[in-house]
Amino acid sequence: MGRPGLAVDLHEVMIRFGDFTAVKSMNLQVAETEFVAVVGPTGCGKSTILNTVTGLLKPAAGDVRIFGKSLTGLNGQSGYMLQQEGLLPWKTAQDNVGLGLVFQGSSIPKAREQARPWLAKVGLKGFEKRYPHQLSGGQRKRVAMAQTLIMEPKIVLMDEPFSALDVHTRRLMHRILLDLWQADRRSLIFITHDLDEAITLADRVVVMSAGPASRMVADVRITLPRPRDVSALQTTDEFVALYREIWSLLGAEVEKSYVTQG
Amino acid sequence: MSRRGRVALTQFAILLGLILIWELGVWAGLIDPFFFPAPSTLVVRIGEWMSMADFWTDIGITLLETVLSFLAGIGIGTALGIWLGLSPFAAEVVQPFIKMFNAIPRILLGPIFVIWFGLGLTSKVALGVTLVLFVAFFNTFQGVREVNPVVLANARLLRASKSSLLRHVYLPSATTWILSSLRVSVGMAVMGAVVAEYLGSSAGLGHLIAQAEGVLDATGVFAGIVVLAAFVVVLDAIVDCAEKRLLVWRPAPAHES
Repeated sequence: MGRPGLAVDLHEVMIRFGDFTAVKSMNLQVAETEFVAVVGPTGCGKSTILNTVTGLLKPAAGDVRIFGKSLTGLNGQSGYMLQQEGLLPWKTAQDNVGLGLVFQGSSIPKAREQARPWLAKVGLKGFEKRYPHQLSGGQRKRVAMAQTLIMEPKIVLMDEPFSALDVHTRRLMHRILLDLWQADRRSLIFITHDLDEAITLADRVVVMSAGPASRMVADVRITLPRPRDVSALQTTDEFVALYREIWSLLGAEVEKSYVTQG
Repeated sequence: MSRRGRVALTQFAILLGLILIWELGVWAGLIDPFFFPAPSTLVVRIGEWMSMADFWTDIGITLLETVLSFLAGIGIGTALGIWLGLSPFAAEVVQPFIKMFNAIPRILLGPIFVIWFGLGLTSKVALGVTLVLFVAFFNTFQGVREVNPVVLANARLLRASKSSLLRHVYLPSATTWILSSLRVSVGMAVMGAVVAEYLGSSAGLGHLIAQAEGVLDATGVFAGIVVLAAFVVVLDAIVDCAEKRLLVWRPAPAHES
């Protein structure tokens, strides 16, 4: 049995694609309501972990437990926000947000009704009837975020969701995400290659080694108090100290990944 | 004056100039009106036609044939395109047959359809359908196959069922392709109807032209062609409207903005 209070419990998980070992041994525990960021060099199998938690990938060895139960088939309690644009270009913002509800059998007017408050929550009131091409990159990301969160998943998975945005827009997204998470805490696994982002958002930062056959090299608790002020946080001594501590581990892995990838 | 205004004015001037040269050429005796009847006589002839009930029946019949073959062709082509687009196995099996059938000059099927279905409406619609079907099929097939994989993955992660995927992802994606080919499809449908009428029928615009041709009445043939051209322009405008309505979500092409 898994430990109680754990939303996600990966135990000695190994992921292989044919002869290629992507992840050698991963132990990751995420408590209910905990925000965990996973950082690592490019190609270390960060996204692979999310696919395992969703149930899209079956581990070659090890154990995946969701709320104490072994995962079989797809994970019904997770919501997944992809790195790339996944909005339907032929649906308005509100219809995109309500898409998951419609897929579950809700009627379109009903889904719209539920979608509108969510658009307001991500700061897009008044943009209900815009099509994706009429929105900026940051606004589209917010629609995608609302689209994932409206389903109220117990476990939220985010795969470098803000990596394509400019710095200022990313800050805004951090603030919106933290506000939403603070208001309604869920387990959240956030994949990123940006250490700043990881420390700003998470309760814990997990560092992975360079791939292939990557593993976990560190698990650092972020002691910064909540609620956090996204814009002021990064100049505090505590933040800088944490950054140094984690970078001393991550930096070495990034160096290694340069060597293996040429 | 706006650019659009200038374009329209230039187009009008070219058309007017050509008609004028033609008309004056006939008057001056440089052009033989037996082969190239003067535009003014064409106008008179079309005027005469328009006062006859038969002419409107002809137009109505051609229109009905066009619409029926258009709808049936789009329907069958789309269904086939979705089926083959979603089933790689079926696509691989059927593809050589489709290519073979598409390689046949469809006009040649006209006489066979007349033998099979008689001189009435059915043979005309059948020819139109074989023309429209392939345009719709190839476009739907392409549309279904080229669905953005990220959009598809995202919809799957939101737990879309197969039928939801079809309705919310595959069909809208294919629609853009079908709509962009709509103008070609309409042209094909008109062509099917008119050619089939021309080959053998008792009514319709093609029949009108064939009749005029039978008595070496060049005025009738030209007048028929002019009416046909106007007919297609009107249908084209309708298609344009439909396209604009259905594709509101698409960004405007850069050169128009």
